[in-house]
Order: sequence, then structure tokens, then C-alpha cells
Amino acid sequence: MTIPVEKVAGPRRKNKADFQWSEEHAPEDFHERLFELEEKGELVVQRVDTEHIEVPVKYGRTKKVPIGHTWHHKSCGQCGHIPGYSTSIFWVNRKLGIEYEDPSDQTSCTAWNYYASATSNAAAQAAVAVRNFATAYETGRFPIIHCGTSFGHYKEVRHELLAHDHLREEVRRVMDALGKPLVLPEEMVHYSEWFYAMRHEIAKHQVRDFSNIAVTVHPACHYYKLVEGDAIYDPEVYGGQRTAIVSEVAQALGAEVRDYSTWFDCCGFGFRHILVSRDFTRSFVTQRKIKRMKEEADPDVTLTHDTGCVTALDKSQFAAKAQDPDFATIPVMSEAQFAALAMGAHPYLVCQLHWHAADYKPLLEKMGIDHEKAWAEFEEATARLERGEQKYLTWEDADV
Amino acid sequence: MQASAQLTPTHADSAAYKLGITYPDVPLAEKQRLFDEVKADERFHDYLYGCYECGICVAACPSARYYDFSPRRIAQAAAREDIELIYQQMQEDIWDCSQCFSCLRCPRGNNPGGIITVMREVAVNNGLESAKQALRGYTRIIYKIMSTGTQVSPDMLQADAFPDWGPSVARVSEKLDLWRRALPPETHHTTTTGWQISTKTLVELYLIWHKTGALNMISELDASLHSLLEEVMEDLLDEQGYELD
Ligand code: SF4
Ligand code: SF4
Repeated sequence: MTIPVEKVAGPRRKNKADFQWSEEHAPEDFHERLFELEEKGELVVQRVDTEHIEVPVKYGRTKKVPIGHTWHHKSCGQCGHIPGYSTSIFWVNRKLGIEYEDPSDQTSCTAWNYYASATSNAAAQAAVAVRNFATAYETGRFPIIHCGTSFGHYKEVRHELLAHDHLREEVRRVMDALGKPLVLPEEMVHYSEWFYAMRHEIAKHQVRDFSNIAVTVHPACHYYKLVEGDAIYDPEVYGGQRTAIVSEVAQALGAEVRDYSTWFDCCGFGFRHILVSRDFTRSFVTQRKIKRMKEEADPDVTLTHDTGCVTALDKSQFAAKAQDPDFATIPVMSEAQFAALAMGAHPYLVCQLHWHAADYKPLLEKMGIDHEKAWAEFEEATARLERGEQKYLTWEDADV
Repeated sequence: MQASAQLTPTHADSAAYKLGITYPDVPLAEKQRLFDEVKADERFHDYLYGCYECGICVAACPSARYYDFSPRRIAQAAAREDIELIYQQMQEDIWDCSQCFSCLRCPRGNNPGGIITVMREVAVNNGLESAKQALRGYTRIIYKIMSTGTQVSPDMLQADAFPDWGPSVARVSEKLDLWRRALPPETHHTTTTGWQISTKTLVELYLIWHKTGALNMISELDASLHSLLEEVMEDLLDEQGYELD
């Protein structure tokens, strides 16, 4: 599905419709060095050797995205504070009949101690990444990374490991002590790339009509800025001048993607700011993102694809509304939750929208979802837990 | 670090000012030593290629919009090796950065955000006042990450910690145990970590912190946090039959 480049050629912007990546300015493809080191026996490369889809990435290159047989590298922020995010990712896999592993032998990337507090170092960060990769490799499944920061950080770690012999040496020494090989995957794959790759399949299973839903997209900085290249740029979407991530999934589901002028701006999460300097985060979210989106695009929902972005954009709106009753809020969710809703997922039992802050009920109504009935179903299900009839709800319980 | 008695005032718009940081001036040789540490980091050379002073990074920078902060000044000071200014930035500016890396738009190929990452590490390693102040109230997160391998946990959602996030936080915290048990993925029933993490994973993680010196990094910053973590890690490693060299 095409989003023409003219969509981003606002009154003051003149974009070239026939934009082409220049090989001359493209950075080296990391695969060359990766395979060279593999050949020398310096590291193990986990190949994408199961069924996969090739997707277009920056500089006219492609990336292999495995469909199944995946090992889900979860995000602590998603699982901890936005649990409908990871639940929706798994639910969509299950609905499409794709098997996956949700491991307990997994740490986060621990990059908060890198980007927020700087209380880690390059060797520790690389060892944490490689330990997770080696663990996935031992299961024979390919890692799919849920968090945008983990994804960007791991790309940076890969760069460091490929560039510096002594870092590889140090990490190898640590891995030896753990009894694990030094593994890097052939491709770093973010879950949102899987959703992009699977968008037509997802659309085939769509049961709710989204043709009346307008969305804005916030692309995550750590997905496409942190390490150049290796992010999805589709010539059919904005002429390949912007990352197509999320936008193309929303389009494939029949929603209207609307542009706004601060598309490139970050979400204001800031790592340490969201915890200890939230006045900055709140100001940035409300003034630079939400108000701009509202005034310029008036979307029904804003979609993003990273933990920090959902958190900052969603939670920061309450204070602005409390201070100014006329402040118009916008519901926030991941495209995984949006896609799950399109495929008929329950808004509470699957998408867990009660963990979100900005008012999402008008959106559900527009999607034709009876949220009062859905909430009653959620309460009925949790009452069974309270009565001790069941300890946990299961996937079967989620499909009422 | 040798410190003179003089305390340096801070810029009124910086995070340093808001945090109430005053910091000791130090001899030029000490400032040089700190910069040498920054420069010795091999990432530094990947992150700096000179500076056109064009300000493209500033236009993209979220922190520059709300603080007296500029990635251009960071890149410039580093390129000119202005050690007085770099010391000032390490005490006043670096904690303003959002680490979003929008500044990678730089036409020169610079990474001011990356330079800041390195400067922060040097500030932490040397126990600089700015690092101590900026990370005050952050101890719990460092503890959580190093002891569990995850940072954001469901039980962090407490209404008094996030009053500006509205009533949804209070609702979640009140129903936390029930709502976690209502999550279909079996790994998600936890409240103190984002997902269930195996003991084997923690053992391997603790070995990483020990063997890479990451645990030692925080001894300058917070001695009691360091000894607490050391104890937690040694207990588990001992129990699992690991001896540390
Ligand atoms: S990484 Fe820091 S300096 Fe760079 S744009 Fe983001 S906030 Fe600004
Ligand atoms: S760091 Fe780059 S973008 Fe910023 S002023 Fe210098 S040359 Fe321009």
C-alpha cells in the first residue's frame, strides 16, 4: 500500500519524489565483517534459516525477518507497565498459528544503566547482549526484540564487537566462563519489523473495519536513529524518505495515516527524565507531540513501537488535562495492540488497555467495540481468580 | 581528586542548577586527566569528526528546547579539546541529555549524544558531584537492574511516585496482584520483575557484572549500594556453587 511522498511535502517542504539512496554515501554493510569473523572462527553467526520474509531497509538493502521459530526478547517496560503490549504480540502470533518461545532465561538489555545512569561499561553491555543471543541460539530459535532501545542498543553493541578485537576478546573470556559461544544473529530484528513483514497476513485475519480510523505515528528514535541503516525504509511509503515502520501496518489495516510537523521529534522519555525530571518529559510530550498532532492531524489514536514512547506519550497527558480542561488528549498504543484489535482481540483481556492513562474509550467506540460489555467480561474473568476457581487466566480465557 | 575550596555556580537553566549542584573547581591537570579518560574511550573516535558549528544537532535536540543545553557546544568543546569547558559540561550539562540520538542528523557524522554517554561514564567512574546528584533517587533502579537483570517492574507503579500520571496508576497498584494473574502469558504473573527470570539467568548475569568490572563502577558513586549488591550477588553465586576469582 502506498503512502505517496507528497504526504510529507507540506507547504514549506519540498521533497524529491524520486529520491534514491546513494551507494557512495551508504555506510558499510555490517554483514561483510560479520561473515568474515565467522569464517575466521571468531564468533558464531545465528542464521535466519527458517521461513522468512525479506523487507526493504535503508540504502536500498534488505533484511530477512523470520516468520516463526522465534525467541522473544521481551521488554521490561512493556511487560512491567504496558503488559497488553507483549500480550498482543504473542496473541497475534498465536492467532496466525505461528509458534514461538517466551523464555524465562532472558535478561533485559540493561541499557537503562547505560543511557540513564552510565553505570555500566561497553564490555558488560556486550556480554549481556551476547548472553541473550547465545541463549536463543541454544534453543535453535531466532531472537525477536520487543524493545526499541534494546534493538538500537544491540545494533550499537554489534558495531562495537565487530570493530574492536579486544572487546571481542573480553566478551569471549566472559562467555567462556558461562560455557557459551560468542553469538551474533545474522539480522537484528525488532518485533515491529515482524509486524511490517506480516502486515498482509494480519490484514487477511482482520475482523474489525478501521477505514474510519485516523492515526498519527511516532517512530522511535532508538529504532532508526541510534545506528544508521538497518531500519525499514520502503520506497512505497513516503518515497523511502522516512522509515515506513508502523505507518505501513496501519495502512495495511485500512486506517488513514496522517502527517504532522514534529514527526521526527523524540517523545521526551529521556530515561532519567521520565523518572526524576518529568517536568521536561511532560512539557515535551504535550507541547511538541500531542498538541501538534491534535492541531495538525486530529487523529483518533497515535501509534508507536517502543516501550518508552508509549509510556511517555500516554502517561504525560493527564497533568496537561488537569491543568487545562480544554487540553485534547489522544489515546496511545503500540501498533501490536492496534493490529490485535483489528484481528478481534479483547480490549482488556488481551490488549490490557486498563493499564493505559489517556482516554481510549472514544476510540473503542469508533472501532465498534462495546467497552462496557468488554469490561464486564474482564471483571467476570478476574472474579473467578478472586474466588479461587483459577489461579491465572489463560490464552483460552482471553478469547471470549 | 584534589579540590579547591571554591564552589562553582551553575547556569540558571541547567539541570545542575535545578538539582542545586555546586561543585568544586579542580586544578587544570585534573580536568586534563578527566578529558584524557573521555578521549581514551575508543567510542569517542567513532563519535567525533570535527564540527561545522552548523547547529543541525541543536535543531533536532529535545533537551536543547527546554534547557540551557546544546549538543553543538558538546561537540565543539570536544573538538577543540577545551578542557575547562568540558569539565564544566561534565558537572553541569551532560545529565540534561535525553539520549535520544536525534543529533545523529549531524552532517559531519558526529554523535554528540554518544560523546555525552562517554562523559557520563567518566563522571560516574570518578564520582563527580554531578553524577552523584543526578543519580540521587535513582539508586533503586540501579539496584533493580543489577540484581534482577530488568529495570521496570510492575510494583514501581505507585500513585505517590507518579501523581502526575493520573488515577490509572492508583488503580493498577491497588489491583496489581490480581491484574498480573489475569495476564495470559505465563511469564507475566510477576509483580517485582517484568517477567519471570530463571535463577540460572541471574547467576550468569552476576558473573558478567563481576567479570567486566561493572559492579566496581558504582563503588565510587555509592559505596553502600555497591556493598549491598556485592552481598546479594555473592549469596546467590555461593549458593549455586560458584567461586569468584
Ligand atoms: S542524544 Fe542528547 S544531545 Fe543528542 S539530540 Fe538527544 S538529547 Fe540532544
Ligand atoms: S555536531 Fe554536527 S550537527 Fe552539531 S553543530 Fe557540529 S557539525 Fe553541526
